[in-house]
Amino acid sequence: MSADVELNNVSVTFGSFYAAKSVNVKINGGEFFSFLGPSGCGKTTLLRAISGFQDPSEGSVLIDKKDMSGIGPNKRPTSLIFQNLALFPLMSVSENIAFSLEVRGVSKGDRQKRADELLELIALEGQGEKKVHQLSGGQKQRVAIARALAVEPKVLLLDEPLSALDLKLRQRMRTELREIQKRVNITFIYITHDQGEALTMSDRIAVMNEGEIEQIGPCDAVYNNPLTPFVATFVGENNPLFGKVKEINQNKIKIETPDGDFLSTMNENKKLNIGDEAIAFVRPESLFIPRDGDSFDNLIDVNIESFEFEGNIKNFYATLKSGTKIKFSIPNAIDTSSISSGTKLQLGFESIKSSILPKAQLAID
Amino acid sequence: MGNYFFTQPFFKKNGKAVAIYFLVAIVFWFVFLVIIPQLYMLDLSFRSNVPPLARGGPQDYYTMEHYQHFVFGSKTSLDAFNFVDLGVFGRTILVSIMVTIANLLFCYPIAFYIAKIANPSTARLLIVSLIIPFWINELLRSFALRILFANEGVINNFLTGIGVIDQSILFITYDVGLYTGLVYAYILLMMFPLYNAIESLDINQIEAAKDLGSSSLRTHWRIVIPHAKPGIVSGCTMVFMLTVGALATPVVLSSPNTLWFPQLIYQWFNMNDNWSRGSAYSIILLIISVIFVLAMMRIFKVKIGEIVK
Repeated sequence: MSADVELNNVSVTFGSFYAAKSVNVKINGGEFFSFLGPSGCGKTTLLRAISGFQDPSEGSVLIDKKDMSGIGPNKRPTSLIFQNLALFPLMSVSENIAFSLEVRGVSKGDRQKRADELLELIALEGQGEKKVHQLSGGQKQRVAIARALAVEPKVLLLDEPLSALDLKLRQRMRTELREIQKRVNITFIYITHDQGEALTMSDRIAVMNEGEIEQIGPCDAVYNNPLTPFVATFVGENNPLFGKVKEINQNKIKIETPDGDFLSTMNENKKLNIGDEAIAFVRPESLFIPRDGDSFDNLIDVNIESFEFEGNIKNFYATLKSGTKIKFSIPNAIDTSSISSGTKLQLGFESIKSSILPKAQLAID
Repeated sequence: MGNYFFTQPFFKKNGKAVAIYFLVAIVFWFVFLVIIPQLYMLDLSFRSNVPPLARGGPQDYYTMEHYQHFVFGSKTSLDAFNFVDLGVFGRTILVSIMVTIANLLFCYPIAFYIAKIANPSTARLLIVSLIIPFWINELLRSFALRILFANEGVINNFLTGIGVIDQSILFITYDVGLYTGLVYAYILLMMFPLYNAIESLDINQIEAAKDLGSSSLRTHWRIVIPHAKPGIVSGCTMVFMLTVGALATPVVLSSPNTLWFPQLIYQWFNMNDNWSRGSAYSIILLIISVIFVLAMMRIFKVKIGEIVK
């Protein structure tokens, strides 16, 4: 059983500070939805408003079409997984998992049965008698999930639960979380500042900045068609090229920059006029070194400053004529041994792989 | 030999001067202030009561008579047991247990409020206002309560003044004053261990319990109290030991016809000039205190190391 969650014009204020500002979002039942944003952007506040620990100053939270105002966290059909998991250290694993059943007066035998079922779900069969501190990081993580699922909540809320794990484990847990979500088929609302986590797991994401939602959409749509310069630079990496709009031809826009004119694609929601200050964005992986016979909409002269080897890709840092810094990535499969610092070369990118937006705040400022 | 001594890690870590100070201070404290006086008392409690000049003479011999006196009374008494002293002892233990429980019930909500609910400035204000009254000496605080509870005291005068009662309530006679005074006397020694223990609980634990559907009461029972157990045991043992050994408060506040066990000890030492018997009674009190600590540790399954944390 899953439930949809609706935030209607939700604002949360602390004194004169807006932790969340007029947030409107409708999360569908059974969806894996992520709030993505830098620390302090208000995403945890929203999660606390949904779980019932924080009353919205304005607006309302609806779960399953029911207004939740005045309903405490212990009465809502939600379960929250805390950032530090908050497992109960003095209880055994089984007791932890069955705690929500214990407080509902479920008999000891039934509790044990349900705990065993959940232990099986998280692949920890037979480890119910252990104390929490005897488990590894990943096992604790799974126990926290089982404990949250024990009451069969309609919505599971996750507050950056993977942030304490090391890289490999984090990647494995992403897959596991996604699988568990499919199996139990309930709404997952996930909070993270890690765009990799958000993109790999979610059906849709909401990118937040300073208490407001900048963009909501499916992961690829947000990544490929950012609506604001903040989203363009927060979700994934992006090279901004600042300039003025020179020509508009349907959805193709030519921008005039100190480093030349570039053709870019306009987002239909963000209308630009000739003469407007704008930023064209091009991602590091969309910049190519042209080979014979290649033709690109845009060509750009760069001077290589430095590079780093990341394994699957090689990152190059270069400067343009105007001094603007730019980053591009070349797959390791392509031989780039001839390129080193000081090398001058030309890069190309397609207009369809570049988006142009009105000038505004970037995430990397 | 000396060189070997000074090359030990303890000396290297702290430096010679500090290390020697630590050793001397600890040895002095432990040997001269704890072990020797207690051993002397223990020895004295098994000796016959003789004037100092007769010490070591034929009248100075080892005996169980003081302990026998506590249980069976004087040899000339017709009663089978020393009902008076045993009664005082039993009542002192019982009342001390009640005082300890009252303290715990009183302090727990306040400690929880200060540690987990109040904002930092309110918490500071509350802690300061808890401490300030204790800048006044215990004896003076007891007298203040006496003035409050006396037959012609503040409370009685006020109640008769507004016409609620026509006769004074005998607070002192019925030991209401004593109980209040005892609860008040060592309340901070319950408050601070409790506060420290609750304060160290991760607030997410409480929220997690709540999120999983637990009521406030059950969250306290299953999460907060188990976590605060060492603090509870620590507070209870300290309050019990100090209450059971209190002298100033009972002297000022107990009714004329009740005695507190330390008053009895005081009488043997100072009024009856029988140091041996006083020592025997002190040892009995000490044993009971130790038994209480061990019982608390047993009941709450806490180790001594957790209590002193």
